[in-house]
Amino acid sequence: MKRTVQESGVSHQRRAVIERDAVQALIDALGAEGYAVIGPRRRDGAIVYDPLTDAADLPWGWIDEQEGGRYRLHRDDRGAAFGHVVGPQSWKKYLYPPRQTLWTGRREGGGFTVETPQGPPPRYAFLGVRGCELAAIAVQDRVFGVVRHDGRSVGQQQYTDSGYAARRAAAFIVAVNCGRAAGTCFCDSIGTGPQAGPGYDLCLTELIGDGRHEFLVEAGSDRGAVLLDRLPARHAEGADLEAAAAVTEAARAGMGRRMEPDVAGLLARNLEHPRWDEVAGRCLSCANCTMVCPTCFCTTVEDTTDLTGDHVERWRRWDSCFTVDFSYIHGGSIRQGGASRYRQWMTHKLSSWYEQFGTSGCTGCGRCITWCPVGIDITEEARAIRASEGGASDGAD
Amino acid sequence: MARRKPKLAVWKFSSCDGCQLSLLDCEDELLAVAESVEIAYFLEATRVEIAGPYDLSLVEGSIGTPHDAQRIKEIRRKSKRLVTIGACATAGGIQALRNFRDVDGFIRAVYARPDYIDTLATSTAIQDHVTVDFELRGCPIDKGQLLEVLNAFLNGRRPVVPPHSQCLDCKLHGNVCIMVADGTPCLGPVTQAGCGALCPAHARGCYGCFGPKETPNTAALAKQLAALGCDARTIAESFRSFNANAKAFREEGDRWEAPAKQGLKP
Ligand code: SF4
Ligand code: SF4
Ligand code: SF4
Ligand code: SF4
Repeated sequence: MKRTVQESGVSHQRRAVIERDAVQALIDALGAEGYAVIGPRRRDGAIVYDPLTDAADLPWGWIDEQEGGRYRLHRDDRGAAFGHVVGPQSWKKYLYPPRQTLWTGRREGGGFTVETPQGPPPRYAFLGVRGCELAAIAVQDRVFGVVRHDGRSVGQQQYTDSGYAARRAAAFIVAVNCGRAAGTCFCDSIGTGPQAGPGYDLCLTELIGDGRHEFLVEAGSDRGAVLLDRLPARHAEGADLEAAAAVTEAARAGMGRRMEPDVAGLLARNLEHPRWDEVAGRCLSCANCTMVCPTCFCTTVEDTTDLTGDHVERWRRWDSCFTVDFSYIHGGSIRQGGASRYRQWMTHKLSSWYEQFGTSGCTGCGRCITWCPVGIDITEEARAIRASEGGASDGAD
Repeated sequence: MARRKPKLAVWKFSSCDGCQLSLLDCEDELLAVAESVEIAYFLEATRVEIAGPYDLSLVEGSIGTPHDAQRIKEIRRKSKRLVTIGACATAGGIQALRNFRDVDGFIRAVYARPDYIDTLATSTAIQDHVTVDFELRGCPIDKGQLLEVLNAFLNGRRPVVPPHSQCLDCKLHGNVCIMVADGTPCLGPVTQAGCGALCPAHARGCYGCFGPKETPNTAALAKQLAALGCDARTIAESFRSFNANAKAFREEGDRWEAPAKQGLKP
């Protein structure tokens, strides 16, 4: 990525260190650029992604304990802004909202008119995008035809989802390198974290200790570099880079879970397996896993009319392969039972996604494990199937 | 395009009237409703009674007496479409709790003149007695969903009333799951959506007002409720409410009731 410096005549620093208090300057600079800043905030016992204008809105000193079907926030005396990891929501909420109007229609005389929503896309600045989340956005870029890929889904490559593409192009991304991992994280074994990138405009690493609380800021794009120039900052020294490397190493060492290697092949050759029935006994078909997954993209279409029938609307809303209606075709639903629905979810995420989009559909964020009300664990399911093949859980293939 | 206004009738059986009042509660849309249909029979709104047949009958309440069982057959005969509204009509309602006990014993304990009481031993859903075209769930029903059913009927399309879990709507609304983040027992994973995940949004577990979702795995949820610290009695009682007589809830309640009496786990 060669660009900048000479072109604009400004000496853009690609890397610098800012004080804890300069986070406010960052938020203000983004606001001044016309971005609506969205970041982590504490609400109802969890960290969610909501609009914020004040650095004090960040969850300083709160960390999350996560296990299968369990999430709790705790105070932590290090006082980090980004000491937590990912919560129940993902940036999908903004780039691909749960409900979208596709078009509205109105009867006029003997005919009718159709309108699609117009207007410029919202300009979001996402503050605190983790490695697994940056990877998930890159996955959805493929799904929605923003980025070409070598998967089989020709349709998605030909037809870009214009709404997603516009919101995506307008978004400014401030990534964060994780300094700790939750019990349900497994980005390391998927290769998407804990170090974030590529794909960010700016990336923060929170440096705490030895009496300091600072952030290493790295620019990953021109507009990131321009913004970084405006912050009160000092030069990043070798010691700062070493400290930053130690931060992500700590997260790597604390990784709570791991995915089996070559899981795509493993699942593809085990489409008939007693484990699918076993997991169906525990699975509620509640769809929580698909709702929280940052890469799941499935939607259904809902039509509404008013009482006169003169005004109609077509909506798109998130749907899930865990519902009966999802697989409804003429004559009934294909996936009647929990076994076939869980199998669809897991094999899609970890196996058939490669064929479709040339990448894994799972980025190792662990949300589906934490937010499953009964704690069903996609890594444990993979391990069980591996074990049944007689291979060690270390998976030598 | 002048079309004959469809004739609407609203009937009441054993119920509290709350669901039919949802229609009057559609304040903003009420005039439009009144303009779109001819209200032929709706005692909560008007004393006017226009004779059938009716294009659409909304039926509230459960069948609890021999007279009810007779009357619903007549109503079915004079209704082109019959839609049941609310947990009483779709599952027997809270009064179906008597299905699990000795009704004669209740009658003797409560009424001075038990011989005046003419009741069936059970409270049952309308569909157990006549063919029903559509069931609108909820205790009470959601007025948005009621309007949707009327809209769909008037425009000749299928109502958008998905049978999926409460959890799906809970997530669409951006709620934090209280079961995961707080350990609060919640029936959302086995309950049909409809209210917009009202209780979880206010830090209360879902009570199951909209009855079982499609393919509910009540056994798996009950096991999780036990893991969260609920005893057998609490689990049995959580399935024994407004939709106690809906098949999946009835069976799960049965599974936990016997052990609850002995203070055991099943
Ligand atoms: S499958 Fe689970 S761990 Fe993987 S990206 Fe989706 S929610 Fe995260
Ligand atoms: S796992 Fe299910 S909900 Fe997710 S993208 Fe695949 S089919 Fe859709
Ligand atoms: S795996 Fe868990 S979250 Fe997903 S549908 Fe089953 S019970 Fe719900
Ligand atoms: S709070 Fe209840 S309804 Fe909402 S996601 Fe959790 S279990 Fe489901």
